[in-house]
Amino acid sequence: MCLAVPGKILSIVNDDGVMRTGRVSFGGIVKEVNLAYTPDATVGDYVIVHVGFAISTVDEREAERVFAYLQELDNLEEDLDDALY
Amino acid sequence: MQGAQDFTLSCPLPTDNATHVTLAHGGGGRRMQQLIETMFLPAFANPLSEARHDSAVFTLGGIKLAFTTDSYVVHPLFFPGGDIGTLAVNGTVNDLAMCGARPVYLSVGFILEEGLPMTTLERVVQSMQHTAVAAGIQLITGDTKVVDKGKGDGLFINTAGIGIIEHDLHIAPASVEPGDAIILSGDIGRHGMAIMAVREGLAFESPIQSDCAAVSGLIQTLLDASVTVHCLRDLTRGGLASALVEIAEISHLHVNLDERAIPVREEVRGACEILGLDPMYVANEGRFVCFVPASEVEETLAAMHAHPLGTSAGCIGSVTADMAGVVTMQSRIGVSRMVDMLSGEQLPRIC
Amino acid sequence: MRYIDEYRDAQAATQYARALARMTTRPWTLMEICGGQTHAIVKFGVDELLPADISLVHGPGCPVCVTPVALLDKAIAIALQPDVIFCSFGDMLRVPGSSRDLMSAKAHGADVRMVYSPLDALRIAREFPDKQVVFFAVGFETTAPANAMAVYQAKQQGLTNFSMLVSHVLVPPAMEAILTAPQRRVQGFLAAGHVCTIMGYTEYEPLARKHRVPIVVTGFEPLDILQGVYMCVKQLEEGRAEVENQYTRAVRRAGNQPAQQLMRDVFHVVHRAWRGVGEIPRSGLGLRETYAAFDAEQRFDVATHTLDEASECISGLVLQGLRKPNECPAFGNRCTPEQPLGATMVSSEGACAAYYRYRRRYPVATSPAEE
Repeated sequence: MCLAVPGKILSIVNDDGVMRTGRVSFGGIVKEVNLAYTPDATVGDYVIVHVGFAISTVDEREAERVFAYLQELDNLEEDLDDALY
Repeated sequence: MQGAQDFTLSCPLPTDNATHVTLAHGGGGRRMQQLIETMFLPAFANPLSEARHDSAVFTLGGIKLAFTTDSYVVHPLFFPGGDIGTLAVNGTVNDLAMCGARPVYLSVGFILEEGLPMTTLERVVQSMQHTAVAAGIQLITGDTKVVDKGKGDGLFINTAGIGIIEHDLHIAPASVEPGDAIILSGDIGRHGMAIMAVREGLAFESPIQSDCAAVSGLIQTLLDASVTVHCLRDLTRGGLASALVEIAEISHLHVNLDERAIPVREEVRGACEILGLDPMYVANEGRFVCFVPASEVEETLAAMHAHPLGTSAGCIGSVTADMAGVVTMQSRIGVSRMVDMLSGEQLPRIC
Repeated sequence: MRYIDEYRDAQAATQYARALARMTTRPWTLMEICGGQTHAIVKFGVDELLPADISLVHGPGCPVCVTPVALLDKAIAIALQPDVIFCSFGDMLRVPGSSRDLMSAKAHGADVRMVYSPLDALRIAREFPDKQVVFFAVGFETTAPANAMAVYQAKQQGLTNFSMLVSHVLVPPAMEAILTAPQRRVQGFLAAGHVCTIMGYTEYEPLARKHRVPIVVTGFEPLDILQGVYMCVKQLEEGRAEVENQYTRAVRRAGNQPAQQLMRDVFHVVHRAWRGVGEIPRSGLGLRETYAAFDAEQRFDVATHTLDEASECISGLVLQGLRKPNECPAFGNRCTPEQPLGATMVSSEGACAAYYRYRRRYPVATSPAEE
C-alpha cells in the first residue's frame, strides 16, 4: 500500500491551513499538491506525495544513509580481509 | 474462451465480463487478444488474417499491396501534440509502413454525435488534410454517419489504407530469426501519458506532448539502405511490452531486453511514477521496433539517426532460441525478469 | 529522478547482496507487509539477489486485496443506483465482488469514475450538486489522512451530496494476528515505510518485544529493501528483536503529527473483516459519529447477496505468508489475471498477480551472491 513519490516544491500557491497547496515537480511534471500535513515544508524542499498529499519531507542528510551504510559494510569487509591475510 | 472453462457457481468471478464487452477488450492486452483469437479469427478464417500483422499483404494483378483498417475513438479529441485527426491519418499510415509498404491512399469514415460543434469537426478535418500532405498520402473516399446524442464520444473515425510494397522482403513476425537485434526508434510512453493527463483531469502543468507522427519516411530510409528488415511493429495500445510479447509468441522465440537501453523522457517517467504506471505498457503513436540481423545493426542505426524521427533510435535487445514465446528483461538492478502482456488497459494505482 | 534513481543502482544492489550472503549463516523467513514492496521486489527481482537461505514472504499489505467481498458488493450496488457518481482509485476497479467488478458495473451503465486523489471526488461533488458522489475510501494508514481531509473539507463546505464508503485497515493488528497464528513461519518483518511515515513506529515496539521479532521500517526502492533485509537478518543473526528504521529519509519515530490529528478527529478504530483472513478486532477505521452523515453505508440502503469465496482460492494463506502464490494448485492455470479466483490475483499489488506477471515461466536464475 502506498505508492508515494518524491517531488520538489516549486512554489506555495495557498498558505492557508488545511488548504495549504503547492506546485510540486516530479521529474519535470508539475502537479498541485496539498501541503497541509507538511506545514514546515517550503520552496526547494522535497516531499513524499501520496494521492495528492505531501505526507513527509525528505531529509537530505538521511537520504545518504543507504550509501553510507553500504560503505561501512564494505570497510568492514576490507578490515576483515586485512585481518585474515 | 469464457465458455470453454468450467466455474463452480460459488466462485466470485466477474462472470459479466464474458457476456458483455468491457473496456479491457479494447486495451491492447490479453482480453483483446483473446477476443480476436476466439471470436473474430475463427469467424473470418482465412490465411491472410492468420498472419496477425498490422496490415494484410497480398498480390493483386501482379502488384504487391498492403491493406489495413483502424478506428479512432480517442477522448479527448484534442491533446498536446495532436488530435483525433492526426492520429487517424498517422496511425493508418504507420500500420501500412509496418510491412514496409509505401502508403498511398486512405479512406475516412466519420461517425459523428448529434450536437458535435461544426468548428470541432472543421478543426479535425483540416488537421487530417495537413497530416495527409505531410505523410504523402491522399484521402480519396469516405462516409459520414450521425448518431443520436449520447451514443458517441463526439466523434469516431474509421480509416482504411492501401500501400504498395516495392521490395521482396517478407516483413512479419514469422520472419524473425534467432540472433536478430531489436532496434527501438525512440523514447517511449509519450502518447499514452499525454492522453491520460488530459482525460483523467490529472492536470500536469507542463504538458507531455504526444509523439504522434508518420514513420513511413523513416522506414523508407531503411528499405533504401537495403537493410534486411525481418519485422516491424508499431507500439500503440499495450505499448512496447505488448508488441514484443505478441511477436515473441507468434515467432516462438525468446526476446531479450535490457531495461537500461530503453529511453524514457523524464516527464513521462515522472507522470508514470506518480500514477504507478509502467512506461513499457503505455501507448505510443510515432514509435516502432525493428528486427534486423545482428550484422546489420550499424547500418540500421546510421540510416535511422540521419532521419529527424530516428535520432534517438537504439538497440534494446536481441532474439534467441533458448525459450519459446517469452520476453525477458534485464532490470535496472541487473536481475532478469519476465515481461508479460497485461490483461486489459493499465490503470493508475495508489497501492 | 532524484531520490528514486539512486536507489536503483545495480552496483550498490550487488554489494548489498554480497554483504547479505556473507552475513547469513542459517535460513530465515522475513515478511514484507506492503503491497508496494511486493511489487518492487518482484518487478526489480530483488528476491533473486538474496542468498537462498533468506525467504521473503508477502503479507496482507494490499488493502485492495483485503477489502471484504460484502463491501465490494455494496460498492457495486451503490454505483448502480441512479444519479450516483461512484469515485474510486484505479486499484479497486477490477477486483471481483460476488458476481462482478466495478468495471463491469460501468459497462452496465453505472457512472464509475477513477480518481487520483480523494479531493478529486470532492471536486466532482461540487461540480454535480444534483448527483450523489460516493468515494470508495480504501487503504491503510497512509491514505487515511487524505481521506480524512476530504471528509473534513466536505463538512466545512457543507456538501450534502458527498459521502464515503470506508474500508480502512490498520497494519499493527494484522501483524499481531500473523504473529499469534499457530503455524507462524515469519521470523522478522519489513514494516511498510509509507504507513510509518504517517504513524511513526512506536506501535511496533510492543510487538517486537512481546513476540521477539525484529521489525525494520523499510522503503520501496530496491536498495531500501535490500538494506531493510540486511538490517533485519543482522538482528536475527545477532539474536536481537528491536524496531529499527531503514527509511530514515522519510520516517520519523513519532510520525506525522498533523496527519494523525486529523485522522483522530475524523475516524475511530473499529473491528474489520479482512478478505481471506477473517475478522481482526480493532483493525480498521470507521467514521466518527460527528461525521456519520458522510458515511455511505448509512446513506444508502442497498440489498446485496454475498456469495462464499471459491473454495479453491487460498488468498488467505497467501496473505498470511503461509503459502507462496506458485504453491497454489490453481495458480497460472485455473487462476490467472484474466480469470481470477480471488483478489490477490486481480489487484496489481496482490502477491499472486505480481508473481504471475513476473515469474510464470521463468527459470530461476542463480543468485550472484552465491558465486
